[in-house]
Amino acid sequence: MDWLLRAGDDPVHKFLLMIIAIAMFVVVMALILFVVDRRRNPSKWFVAGGFVGPALVLLTAGLLYPAGGTIVNSFQNRNGSEFIGFDNYARAFSEPAFVLVLGNTALWVLVAPLLATFIGLVYAVVVDHSRFEKFAKALVFLPMAISMVGAGIIWRFVYEFKPDQPGIEQTGLLNQVIVWFGGQPVQFLLERPANTFLLMVVLIWIQTGFAMTLLSASIRAIPVDIVEAARLDGLSGFGMFWRITIPSIRPALVVVLTTIAMTTLKVFDIVRTMTAGRYGTSVVANEFYEQSFRQNNAGLGAALAVLLFIIVIPVIIYNVRQMRLAEEVR
Amino acid sequence: MSTTQPAVAPTAVPPQSGVTERARKAKKRLTSPWASGIAVIIAIAWTVPTFGLLVTSFRPELDIRRSGWWTVFGDAFAGEGVFSLRNYESALFDSSTNLIDYFVNSLVITLPAVFIPITVALLAAYAFAWIDFKGRDILFVAVFALQIVPIQITLIPLLSAYVRTGINGTFWPIWLSHSMFALPLAIFLLHNFMRDIPSSLVEAARVDGAGHVKIFFSVMLPLLTPAIAAFAIFQFLWVWNDLLVGLVMGSTSTSPLTVRVAEMAGSRGGDWHVLSAGAFISILVPLIVFLALQRYFVRGMLAGSVKG
Repeated sequence: MDWLLRAGDDPVHKFLLMIIAIAMFVVVMALILFVVDRRRNPSKWFVAGGFVGPALVLLTAGLLYPAGGTIVNSFQNRNGSEFIGFDNYARAFSEPAFVLVLGNTALWVLVAPLLATFIGLVYAVVVDHSRFEKFAKALVFLPMAISMVGAGIIWRFVYEFKPDQPGIEQTGLLNQVIVWFGGQPVQFLLERPANTFLLMVVLIWIQTGFAMTLLSASIRAIPVDIVEAARLDGLSGFGMFWRITIPSIRPALVVVLTTIAMTTLKVFDIVRTMTAGRYGTSVVANEFYEQSFRQNNAGLGAALAVLLFIIVIPVIIYNVRQMRLAEEVR
Repeated sequence: MSTTQPAVAPTAVPPQSGVTERARKAKKRLTSPWASGIAVIIAIAWTVPTFGLLVTSFRPELDIRRSGWWTVFGDAFAGEGVFSLRNYESALFDSSTNLIDYFVNSLVITLPAVFIPITVALLAAYAFAWIDFKGRDILFVAVFALQIVPIQITLIPLLSAYVRTGINGTFWPIWLSHSMFALPLAIFLLHNFMRDIPSSLVEAARVDGAGHVKIFFSVMLPLLTPAIAAFAIFQFLWVWNDLLVGLVMGSTSTSPLTVRVAEMAGSRGGDWHVLSAGAFISILVPLIVFLALQRYFVRGMLAGSVKG
């Protein structure tokens, strides 16, 4: 039994375990489908149960039940031994350290999606139908494949700082540019509040490709006759962009904005890799990790997770409604 | 109005195909210096950071500390040997970093964590799309709504459940967690694709006496290959690039690359020679998958949204 659980450091054992896990899964699923298929004239419920059952079991065990547990935890003290009402929430909203965290999160959600969407839109418009369109889009698209950890390291290197002494050269690109223009090098990640924005740059860098792709597709979908009619009316360039393009893709714009906002809310990896939440850069998702797994304050961690959940709900409702609208337009 | 007339008239004279006409006009638009300037600036800003770290990962340790990566081109022209694979060697095999072990972990974690949720979601999506059972719509909306549950809210109770059952610290919690977290989006996306399959095909199979299991395997699966590929790429990128689940559910013998590289960024933040190589070791596989299957990825992205 222990052999099936722990592979230790042996890579062959690890791969064997992986194959066994997949094989076990296949056998279980095959068994379920076999039973469903064998029964003559089965009721619809029986068949549907065989198809949906595994998913429902996993969803209940993996999402519903634990989410309920966390909500209960959030009203308990740090080791869950007694109920303390709304104290954890009160602390999250009153203690200056946590107010800063909430403020940072709000800043992220407001700024990062807007900038990513804006740059993505501008880029989609300027490279559209150009000779290098495919290549140009791929350049901006590629960061989407890079993990936030990898992206965090890439950008930390851009922000790298070396003290300003004779004989020492800057190795971070941004500081070198400053020095070239005759300025003093800056410890970017320590500068409040600029450091929060510099972390945002990483997320914007990743998400712009997403915005560009979706918006570019919806610009393509604008009916040609509308564009032609506007052109006959004398619109071109910026006027065309503002009066025709923007209103036509409004639903897509909202979907892109809210989707990025949801990703932004849960952003954890970037903050963890670049500053670990120090120097006043922490956000709710990072503080959740810090409290739950570093400070061992399960109650407060749970309250922060629930807050994350509550903040995300209105964004999602708006997102779904706009998606419906976008589908109707299509 | 009259001023626009001359501008429109010439384009109307030769009955060209609309596409080439529009393309020509668009090209004119880009030649406006502003537009091309903006395009070039964004393209450079999006490429240079990665390129800089990539160049750095091939430079000797001492050079990295002494000078910026951009100085390398001058040195290369001067004929000095400035590149080597030494950083990759030490990142992968030195006992202090040993990324090769974590690379194995990432692979072992990712394959089941992609295969299992897709299979479960395909079956569920089929039922929601093609089996007409009572309460189907309500159940589907409920599954769809579960997308709003942030995984943070599930972590602590899940973790204590894993500890209670004694599987904590092995690969099993990681496989299970990723599979469970992926389901709402997977079911939603695959359901959208399945619904688009013409019902005449399903009816024809039913007339031939095929049951649901047969229809699922012989009608649905072959037609759904692009959709499956699209979601497989999502899930692959998601799992391979994940930090939170690997960090919370893993132990030292099961940690994926992201966890180890993030740890190195914390404890050896100034050692850019291993850090740069480590970052690219962790980026390489998703980059290849992404470039090879980009077409499917874009299609999937346009069909639903992306998981956050």
